[in-house]
Amino acid sequence: MLLSGAEIVMECLLREGVNVVFGYPGGAILPVYDALHKYRNQIHHVLVRHEQGASHMADGYSRATGRVGVCIATSGPGATNLVTGLSTAMMDSSPIIAITGQVPRAAIGTDAFQETDVTGVTLPVTKHNYLVTDIHELPYIIKEAFYIARTGRPGPVLIDIPKDLQNEKIEFVYPEEDVYLPGYKIPTGASEDDLARAIELIQQAKRPIILAGHGIMMSAAGKELRELAERAQIPVTLTLLGKGAMPENHPLTVGMMGMHGAAASNHAIQNADLLIALGMRFDDRVTGNLKTYAVNAKKIHVEIDPSEINKNVKVDVGINGDLRTVLTQLIPGVKPKTHPEWLNQIRDWQEDSSERDIVSNYVGDKLLGAQVVNDLWRYTGGESITVTDVGQHQMLEAQYYPHQRPATLITSGGAGTMGFGLPAAIGAKFGRPEEEVWAIVGDGGFQMTLCELATAVQENCKVNIAVLNNAFLGMVRQWQEIFYEERYQSTPMVNPDFCKLAEAYGIPAMRVTSRDQMAESVEFARRHDGPVLIEYVIEKEEMVYPMVAAGADLDNMIRRPKPGEVKA
Amino acid sequence: MTHPANKQTIVALVENKPGVLNRVASLFRRRNFNVDSLTVGRTHRAHISRMTIVVDTQKTDGRLIAANLSKLINVIDVQIVSEQPHVRRDLALIKVRTDDVDSRNGVTEVCDRYPARIVDIGPMVAIIEITADEDIVESLIEDLRPIGIQELVRTGILAMGRGTRILDSDYEPRVPASSANAGLERYGV
Repeated sequence: MLLSGAEIVMECLLREGVNVVFGYPGGAILPVYDALHKYRNQIHHVLVRHEQGASHMADGYSRATGRVGVCIATSGPGATNLVTGLSTAMMDSSPIIAITGQVPRAAIGTDAFQETDVTGVTLPVTKHNYLVTDIHELPYIIKEAFYIARTGRPGPVLIDIPKDLQNEKIEFVYPEEDVYLPGYKIPTGASEDDLARAIELIQQAKRPIILAGHGIMMSAAGKELRELAERAQIPVTLTLLGKGAMPENHPLTVGMMGMHGAAASNHAIQNADLLIALGMRFDDRVTGNLKTYAVNAKKIHVEIDPSEINKNVKVDVGINGDLRTVLTQLIPGVKPKTHPEWLNQIRDWQEDSSERDIVSNYVGDKLLGAQVVNDLWRYTGGESITVTDVGQHQMLEAQYYPHQRPATLITSGGAGTMGFGLPAAIGAKFGRPEEEVWAIVGDGGFQMTLCELATAVQENCKVNIAVLNNAFLGMVRQWQEIFYEERYQSTPMVNPDFCKLAEAYGIPAMRVTSRDQMAESVEFARRHDGPVLIEYVIEKEEMVYPMVAAGADLDNMIRRPKPGEVKA
Repeated sequence: MTHPANKQTIVALVENKPGVLNRVASLFRRRNFNVDSLTVGRTHRAHISRMTIVVDTQKTDGRLIAANLSKLINVIDVQIVSEQPHVRRDLALIKVRTDDVDSRNGVTEVCDRYPARIVDIGPMVAIIEITADEDIVESLIEDLRPIGIQELVRTGILAMGRGTRILDSDYEPRVPASSANAGLERYGV
């Protein structure tokens, strides 16, 4: 079959099971768009309004489904607009493929119109990237790219295709043989030695705690995690991206750890005699001051990426392997145990936290972000997929929206990319059309990518957009309040009327200013078929507690005062 | 061969493709790894190159570098060669002044004490070549310095494990059936 390079791209995408791509056309990628026209009944193209949106949509699609998301952009500025999305996917190990047009081969290196060295620019923010120079290589490269993106520690892969190569025709033969990459190793299980050492540490521990991360989801090891925790009665604390790894209503789940984590989790980590870190990477937002981090604990680290072991925290047993495989090996060797004193101690810490809980103790008349998130959880039955942006609302989501299932919280953790929420929610909805999808965003991040409202309308994509509007860049304002003596430099925002803005896009909108409208707002969102925007006008100077200051000891938390206590 | 206590030497086999050195350099920059020297050269296999990397362990843990290098798709194998007996060599070309009797005599006399040879000599300057462990190269340079070094270049360290410990790969690059003539520069990155 004589096919052009662009048609070969389509044939290869079909063989990878791709039926939707997110992109934006332009000169150097036009042949691919012409092929998309030919294959329009098999591959649906979602026209975004900015290429950054395409990369986040591919990311949201990928996180919601576990499949590889695909985004397409033209050369030069089109490709550079993907960089933030690639970096976001790289930091959170999200498998996406970016296909970019490049100027014709003969023009490469001449500063041609819309030419950028895209493989050079994206080198540090991709797991791997390719500049295709020989059309015969194209099918192999696409197959490799998908394989690299989804296996091992997943991540983004970019394929840069010169325009003349997209038009060149060859006899197309799909490479049926397995991908052959001599330098690419995918870790499997643990050695007998490491297993024995890990089991010994678990048996000896009196105050063990499991730190479960994104890897649990990536490896589909939720069942094994629960089995290990229940068998040896080990409490489980979650990273931000680990939310959903263990049901949050499970009695052994302590809650999120880290800078804005549950106080009980942070106390437990600092007082533990054994940390069992599973598929997480000891991010600085999770550890606080490394010098004082869990100093009395032995540490077991199971992680698919060998370069993460002993990177930030030196461990006693480092196991480079696939979590599910390793846990399956480990569990039979672990004898059933109980730690009643330890679990009681953790319960006391939790009790103290609930006394400080803002949602149940608040007596003012303002609408709080925490209430909004908690009520969204309540009125949606806690069963929706929530996609957040970055900032206070994101941390409030993590604190006040318990997740019971994997892949129901989609959020930019490592990169902390503002503007992620709306496009990622659109991508998630394309991946899981049967699920109710809520984008919970702040007024700051929302305005970074709100052009994608038009995409949602054009695709009639049913996402419910909850804008938590405090007319502030709230998290930065919080830092300014605590560390910069309330000098609110460049954090107050003069915002548009978000409801009118939505109406201009043809999106039904509702403004909520008090808590008694919460149930109604969820009903309003559910009443419409297409995208809906709800603006929640919330308290301007709400704080997110607990808070571990950057670089402070993990259990040195700024706490919310208990009722009756005076704020320090 | 003794190895300075605070140095580690890492050897990596990499695919011989455009852009691979760029990937390695980018990794070091991104991870803030501090590298003393990095050399790249070909091997007996046309499609495999070999890198030798020397790091200061007080600044960077060689095992972390090795773990990160092994993650690069185009890196086939990595070995911390300095963990076991090995041979290390540095090559230097040193151009020195020979424009009077004292300098000419000095150069000859110094070179006699080292495994060095004069590979080019004229009325004004001479070029001296030495291939040795880096300490010896350093020492020669210090001895030549008073005579007057005009120009100097070093390769950086090359290293190889002693004995039957072999670092090699039987990797053969795939040549797509439909493009037997397409050449081996497949990715051109």
